[in-house]
Amino acid sequence: MSNEPGFDTLAIHAGAQPDPATGARITPIYQTASFVFDDVDHAAALFGLQAFGNIYTRITNPTTAVLEERVAALEGGTAALAVASGHAAQLIVMHALMQPGDEFIASRKLYGGSINQFGQSFKSFDWHVKWAEGTAASDFEAQITPKTKAIFIESLANPGGVVMDINGIAEVARKHHVPLIVDNTMATPYLCRPIEHGADIVVESLTKFLAGHGNSMGGIIVDGGTFDWGKDNRYPVLTQPRPEYNDIVLAETFGNFAFAIACRVLGLRDLGPAISPFNAFQIITGIETLALRMQRHCDNALKVAEYLEGHDKVEWVSYAGLQSDEHNKLQKQYMPKGAGGVFTFGVKGGYEAGVSLVSNVQIFSHLANIGDTRSLVIHPASTTHRQLDDDQQKAAGAGADVIRVSIGIEDADDLIADLAQALKQL
Amino acid sequence: MSDHDNYSDAHIRDILASVRSIAMIGASANKVRPSYFAATYLIAKGYDLYPINVGQAGNEIAGVMTYASLGDLPEPVDMVDVFRRAEALPGIVDEIMAMPHLPKIVWLQLGIRDDNIARKLEAEGMTVIQNRCPKIEYGRHCGEIAWVGVNRRIISAKKPILKPGYQHFTLEGQHA
Repeated sequence: MSNEPGFDTLAIHAGAQPDPATGARITPIYQTASFVFDDVDHAAALFGLQAFGNIYTRITNPTTAVLEERVAALEGGTAALAVASGHAAQLIVMHALMQPGDEFIASRKLYGGSINQFGQSFKSFDWHVKWAEGTAASDFEAQITPKTKAIFIESLANPGGVVMDINGIAEVARKHHVPLIVDNTMATPYLCRPIEHGADIVVESLTKFLAGHGNSMGGIIVDGGTFDWGKDNRYPVLTQPRPEYNDIVLAETFGNFAFAIACRVLGLRDLGPAISPFNAFQIITGIETLALRMQRHCDNALKVAEYLEGHDKVEWVSYAGLQSDEHNKLQKQYMPKGAGGVFTFGVKGGYEAGVSLVSNVQIFSHLANIGDTRSLVIHPASTTHRQLDDDQQKAAGAGADVIRVSIGIEDADDLIADLAQALKQL
Repeated sequence: MSDHDNYSDAHIRDILASVRSIAMIGASANKVRPSYFAATYLIAKGYDLYPINVGQAGNEIAGVMTYASLGDLPEPVDMVDVFRRAEALPGIVDEIMAMPHLPKIVWLQLGIRDDNIARKLEAEGMTVIQNRCPKIEYGRHCGEIAWVGVNRRIISAKKPILKPGYQHFTLEGQHA
């Protein structure tokens, strides 16, 4: 085909041809740890990265490869690497970019788990996060030092529904020649394609909207193919000879998909958080309906948000899709099809009211996840963000009165009725 | 001149499926250089490959005999693949023009593009591909490159074609 296929066509077809051995139309689950070599020369070519092929499922797997190509196509990247979780994706990206003592800049508006990973666990590797407290590009530029190796943001931040100015922050990253990494979990490529706005690397938790059914863990790294690794020799993993591969230089050998290869043949191979082929299969199946689901998530979320905005027991609603929301303008610029399925609101009565609401809903499930077909609710201050202190909770948009909902694809009227009865009990 | 900003997938696939012999100018004997990787891959896919490298003439690279120049080739080739820096191009063009049997295809590696030179070669009836890697293109079209997560930018409801052995796809029989 000479014309670039549309998003919905890619969501179904990218990466998935009929199985060459059997004609199976649906991607088979290649549930195998290893793959047979032709002979020792073939094995040597595979181990030396000279031939394309599979050795061991920790590094590549044909089922997982379909998932990787599909998400790379949907994001408009050159290549992708699927791993065990979104957190594993972030770890492997930073493992490729950071040396001990290096810094990266991250938005403070992040998923609480990422705040922990960056602020606490990464210290053990001597990698240091510098937080950008505001959302303006200048807040990021203010944190740049000679040790800065990357900038990290979420396109649509969890849980506050903050839409980031990706173009503006990408400009700062370009000016200082560091890659911009965007976590696109909440928006998905259906709503926003960060690479088109200047991102160099996209990471996602596949567990959420991409898989869509809350049944499989997975994460992915998408290489935008946009960053010049060789320019100033600040990324030795890509530009220095690799002794474990006969001194191959990854950036020179793999061109505009070298970052994805580096993450695979060094980070994933040596740190080990591989996705299972079964999970990859489940996620591939989910992605086929991404466009349909995501639009319904957005449409339902807007209806529920509008209802809550008019409710007298609700103090505030933070959903970028609402006309009244401070992020509405950026939402229309970066994700015009909708503001996603996740948002927060504040109940009158603070911590106790929040606990009461999540206890009394009947259709909404009280759990720590987002992006399921079914509607989910959580009170971050008592769960996902409880490890943060009061100030950190507030800074992350997870104060004592905050309720986070992930609106599913059920009938919106039933969701509104469920929230109505639970609010009545406050 | 053909459109060097956009090569259709069918055009690239047709070239790779119809060519049988390739002279690779700048094939390296260093086993971790990109040209060596490309050479071994193209040989594995069944092409008759002729490495051209003056410093290695008379030695084997990737198991096949190396020649000092295109003029030394023992027989005509279908394609000349240029794995050299752009500065070397003018001299290479002279060498191509002096070949007793002109190749059908001149292919310039990733990172090399010179539309004036392309025009000159096209005027002699040769088809020119610039700024592409034949290994990557072969891997895209046969499907193998997807095993390492690369976005081929090709979708198809036809199955990849297996070669004998394990984990080998082919473009043989794919020529329109």
